[in-house]
Amino acid sequence: MSQVETRIEGVVLDEGLTVTLAELTRMCGSSGRTLHLMVTEGLLRPQGSAPQEWRFSGLEVRRARRAVRLRRDLELNLAGTALALDLLDELEGLRERIRVLERQLGDRRLAE
Amino acid sequence: MEYKDYYQTLGVTRDASQEAIKRAYRKLARKYHPDVSKEPNAEARFKEVNEANEVLGDAEKRAAYDALGNDWRAGQDFRPPPGAGAQEFRFSPEDAAEFSDFFSSLFGREFHRRPGEPRRRRGQDQTVRIAIDLEEAYSGITRQLRLDLPEVGVDGRPSSHARTLNVRIPSGVTHGRQIRLSGQGAPGVHGGAAGDLYLEVELNPHPHFTPDGKDIHLRLPVAPWEAALGATVQVPTLGGAVNLKIPPGSQGGRRMRLKGRGLPGDPAGDEIVILEIVAPPAETEEARRAYRHMAEVLHFNPRAGLGV
Repeated sequence: MSQVETRIEGVVLDEGLTVTLAELTRMCGSSGRTLHLMVTEGLLRPQGSAPQEWRFSGLEVRRARRAVRLRRDLELNLAGTALALDLLDELEGLRERIRVLERQLGDRRLAE
Repeated sequence: MEYKDYYQTLGVTRDASQEAIKRAYRKLARKYHPDVSKEPNAEARFKEVNEANEVLGDAEKRAAYDALGNDWRAGQDFRPPPGAGAQEFRFSPEDAAEFSDFFSSLFGREFHRRPGEPRRRRGQDQTVRIAIDLEEAYSGITRQLRLDLPEVGVDGRPSSHARTLNVRIPSGVTHGRQIRLSGQGAPGVHGGAAGDLYLEVELNPHPHFTPDGKDIHLRLPVAPWEAALGATVQVPTLGGAVNLKIPPGSQGGRRMRLKGRGLPGDPAGDEIVILEIVAPPAETEEARRAYRHMAEVLHFNPRAGLGV
């Protein structure tokens, strides 16, 4: 057990971040071919038309990493991965809506 | 170290076919996959299931495991028999870093001595959840993190490495966002680059404000006359109180937008104020008289729209 003290600043994976296909490949620990297929399948949606012009937002990075993990760990094919990702996105969106709406309703629960 | 009952982990009998083991593994992997699962301890369970599958899913490793005999119970104190680990097994060192001592005592000693090794490998990425207050997300914060990172020692054995990191969380980060700290994950193997560390931000519930992405929702209590006659009232925002003009004739549920008063960013979020009309208590004779007077002069039926 050793202890190293470091002060570091990270990069937020949001709309403000854009990465190239090569960078994304490194971040996902995946092959460029797999990620290329994921774009073709519509699973990832970069800006730009040609692969060398592709720019992925931070949100797409998160999506890509998740896609690579799901595909590997659950032995899914690309179509199955795309479906799982879309459903997960929708599920997260709905959970978020519920959380906000429940807070808006506040204490106005049924008083019997 | 503790004996691991891999059959129990996968919920199969000791004479299960390879096909049955594969099916059981797939089912549990879907259930506990950290990207999908809402189960508590999903990540730890997923690792256990993966480790069990690494052994039972491979005929050679399974045979070596079975050779320990059937008398062991999960959690029992285990000492590897002489000769264990002498055989060569195929798996990747970064997997080994994730597996238990029990696993490495049986399978984990030899991989770095295989001919052709060592192969340079990048360290694993790590993901850590971090909960911060909304005020901290607004202003940004430096947070101290204590991390236990798995690593593979020079002897090829997995060990754990405690580190303290002071991480700057920039202002404007929203619920569920990830922050990537390049090269701060698990160290590489045989000179490979370190993995990355991902922080997943969660916002603690706030007593008044509800974040919705970069927007902030606030239910604002107003008196009936403020809503009816219009008023300028003080509204809390993350950046301090501001004045809000309530137009005359407002009803409960009306939404008003305070542009740019949400979480910072480009563009910044808004604060969305939802008016909530609060009736004053009628606890004194004077208050009751005021209500009766209103009832007389207003001739108001709030249920007219319901047809009653």
